[in-house]
Amino acid sequence: MAYLESFSYQLAQTLIVVVIAPLLLGWVNQCRAWLQNRSGAGVLQPYRVLAKLFQKDVVLAHGASPLFRFSPYLQFGCMVLVASIVPVIETNLLFAPAADVIALVGIFALARIFSALAAMDVGTAFGSLGARREMLVASLSEPALLMVFFTPLLIVQSSSLNTIVDTLAHREFALYPSLAFSAVAFTMVLLAENARIPIDNPATHLELTMIHEALILEYSGRHLALIEWATAVKLTVYCALGIALFAPWGMAQAGQWQLVPVAVMVLALKLALAGAGLALLETLSAKMRIFRAPEFLGMAFLLAVLGMLIYLLLGA
Amino acid sequence: MNEIALVLVAPLVGGLVLAFSGGWTRAALINVLFSLLTFVFSALLTARVIEEGPITGFDALFFVDPFNVFLVALTAFVAFTTALFSRPYMLNEQQRGKLTARMMRLYHSMYQMFVFTMLLALLTNNMGVLWVAMEAATLTTVLLVSLYRTPASIEAAWKYFILCGVGIAQALFGTILLYFAAEKVLGAGGTALLWTQLNAVKGSLEPTVLSLAFVFLLVGYGTKVGLVPLHNWLPDAHAEGPTPISAVLSGLLLNVALYAVVRCKVLVDGALGTRFAGDLMIGFGLLSVIVAAFFLSRQKDVKRLFAYSSIEHMGLMTFAFGMGGPVATFAALLHMTVHSLTKSAIFFAVGHAAQKSGTQMMDQIRGLVITNPTIGWGLMLGSLAILGMPPFGVFASEFLILSTAMREVPWATPILLLALGVAFAAIFGKVQPMVFGETSLPRLPHPPALMPVFVHLGLVLMLGLFIPPYLAEWYRQAAALIG
Amino acid sequence: MPISAQLINLMAALLLLIAFAMLSQRRIRSLIYLFGWQGAVLAANCVIVAWSTGQGHLYYSAALTLVLKVIVLPLILLYLIRRLNVQWDVETLINIPTTMLFGIVLVVFAFNLSLPISQLAGTITRSTLGIAMAIVLLSFLMMLTRRKAVPQVIGFLAMENGLFFAATSTTYGMPMVVELGIALDVLIGVLILGIFFFQVRGAFDSLDLRHMEKLKED
Repeated sequence: MAYLESFSYQLAQTLIVVVIAPLLLGWVNQCRAWLQNRSGAGVLQPYRVLAKLFQKDVVLAHGASPLFRFSPYLQFGCMVLVASIVPVIETNLLFAPAADVIALVGIFALARIFSALAAMDVGTAFGSLGARREMLVASLSEPALLMVFFTPLLIVQSSSLNTIVDTLAHREFALYPSLAFSAVAFTMVLLAENARIPIDNPATHLELTMIHEALILEYSGRHLALIEWATAVKLTVYCALGIALFAPWGMAQAGQWQLVPVAVMVLALKLALAGAGLALLETLSAKMRIFRAPEFLGMAFLLAVLGMLIYLLLGA
Repeated sequence: MNEIALVLVAPLVGGLVLAFSGGWTRAALINVLFSLLTFVFSALLTARVIEEGPITGFDALFFVDPFNVFLVALTAFVAFTTALFSRPYMLNEQQRGKLTARMMRLYHSMYQMFVFTMLLALLTNNMGVLWVAMEAATLTTVLLVSLYRTPASIEAAWKYFILCGVGIAQALFGTILLYFAAEKVLGAGGTALLWTQLNAVKGSLEPTVLSLAFVFLLVGYGTKVGLVPLHNWLPDAHAEGPTPISAVLSGLLLNVALYAVVRCKVLVDGALGTRFAGDLMIGFGLLSVIVAAFFLSRQKDVKRLFAYSSIEHMGLMTFAFGMGGPVATFAALLHMTVHSLTKSAIFFAVGHAAQKSGTQMMDQIRGLVITNPTIGWGLMLGSLAILGMPPFGVFASEFLILSTAMREVPWATPILLLALGVAFAAIFGKVQPMVFGETSLPRLPHPPALMPVFVHLGLVLMLGLFIPPYLAEWYRQAAALIG
Repeated sequence: MPISAQLINLMAALLLLIAFAMLSQRRIRSLIYLFGWQGAVLAANCVIVAWSTGQGHLYYSAALTLVLKVIVLPLILLYLIRRLNVQWDVETLINIPTTMLFGIVLVVFAFNLSLPISQLAGTITRSTLGIAMAIVLLSFLMMLTRRKAVPQVIGFLAMENGLFFAATSTTYGMPMVVELGIALDVLIGVLILGIFFFQVRGAFDSLDLRHMEKLKED
């Protein structure tokens, strides 16, 4: 019985995250439109896009291998897994033992590798271009992400995401400069990994400036839908991860039914704020040229390492 | 106590007066006058300390004991004779159009301010004020090194500022660490940095902190002493600045910086009880002697040559202070005196020689003994003196240092002898053609003031032959204080 | 941890961040603004330490720092760069990401170096000595890797800031007379440097330090 209960909590969280991911994407786009003084397409637009794409046929290139067809499902699967293990509404879920921060980075990497392989699979020039650039950004952002995770890891003395969030949520409030540095670094990594401005423009149609978009140029129909959905889930999970690590108050523990609505509302509020903040950041910055990206990510790495060193020295 | 105030106020007032009047034609005379005044006051102070022993003044802010009072007298004396030398020399330079009245104003006022900062560094009891005065000494001379406004002199002044500035910053950290250790024993507040207080409690200061502090202080003040590998600014500053500045830098500032190092060493020795500080100084001193000696033979500019010679001699003094013990310290103090007098005398002679020939390159200066016998002989005798020929005083001090080295640090003695030999060959080999040789240059418009050269050399000769008992007693007392 | 200790840690972290930001700056004008911010954070730190430990003389220290390093020195430097026309470019000897990596290595080194001393100190701020040393080393790195004269000087001044922070963190500041002397030295130093820059520009027509590498051993 307890097993069924915890399973239902887990399922609930996964479904909630996966379902509201496009809503977050729509909200970010809407905020951006407002900031740019446009009227925008409405927060439900991504759902309409997904619906449209699912109805369309898939068009495959002649040289496409099974990997090309398999990759979107794998990416979506990885993102669903991540959505299950990152504590968003509740901690101590069923899959919590699998929620190791280093494993998390590994899962993201898995998804990314397959998307890059699929892009190169078809043999077009832009696919390889995008794959190369994507791996460049990834090779710099992954160490930064790991360093970002190390600071909370050191504070809590455990690499289980669940334990980290639990402990940080229930500490008394204190100024942690090290966590502040890590938070800034995490924001920078978020921008890089999710292909937002200033690393990559998600709304661009100029192929020579694409990074992430170049990987999915060849996809159509339900494959494209799954990939777009996976991207939205990735963004949501990243935001939720940032919230869980650096602003974890209001989360419920598994088995506390009464706290779940509160947790959901708090989460919705935080995600809304995060989305608006993201839109603001994107509006205020300009896309950097690709050779400036290492500098940007180097800065993120540096801030993360600084945060860790400050914690080691000051204990704060 | 009043003498202390007089000694400090005289150059300070001089600097302020010359800040307005330094460009007048009589300004050099005013400069000489204030230097003479400073010297007279320092003589009074010396007399008082000889009679009464160590004195403190103004709430123990100033402290005069045999060690620094003789340095005060030496500083004031050399400053006076350099002011005498500088008068016709700078007038000649102005005649040649290398300097304007504005530059002379800067020169004269900064000269007096420089003397003030050095005397402040020597007389103060507060280690923090010592630091401030050392930094101020650098600042006053930076603009003087670049006085000629040539690209080379500006570069030399920039290097001087940056290297000495960075070095002094290390010394500041050392002072902070010293204060940190002192605060535990003496309590917070200004008294914790007073040398007399620190000296009284040095046994109970924290050893690890003091050893770390000494490293920083040695590196910091050692940069100003010109210890290798921190010596890069020295040859350039000496070569590109006007000669009187080279004379006071070599003759006085290096001494004051070494004085600062030795004061710190006394504290550290008391706190640690090991030979840590002494060994460090021996190492740096030896390194400086060797490197300088080997660089000597490659020099083409006469002032750079003697600048490297200064590095060598300061290394020797550091080595001697590092060895410690009554004989070596006595020798080091004697060496400080005679080196200061001799080197400034050499720079006087060299300055006039270069002025006559219009160049500082040694292969273009020839036949000094023909055009102006006094300059020629002054240079020859000065070089012989600095190379350690008997009966000049440098021989006596070098002999004492070497004999102590043979007893205490035998492995270093052959290295020292080799370095001194190499230096001898280099300098003598270059000075000889300069003094003797053929030339056809006219005389200078303003007759050079060569009396300072011979006064200095005469004093050095006298010290080589016979050290007056009160001076010997003085040195012995100072050596006893240093330990 | 009491709130004052947390605030001091926050100030220390900010100082380290500013030191790194200075290392990565490309524009001289923003370098000067960062230097001003560094002085402001230092003054704030002094005030917090003074308030929490009751050491009255630190208030004067803070006021002195505020006047000198936040107002006077940046104004002088801004005036200088305007007159010298060097507002923009800052060339570096090695590129910025590599400089940052060196910086991190130096920070780790500084933290290690300061541990034995920190343990001996009796102040509440002793753990920040490592950060003070790191700032000194980072400013030193900045001096070494810059080609123009003004950033070198700012690095020098930042080094002095680091030393001041070290003094505050181990011994609650130096005696007043020493601090006044140091402040005077710094001020006069900058003024002399200002005069000097004009001389440099007059001789070389630029403040690029590569012109000043001619005096070498031959």
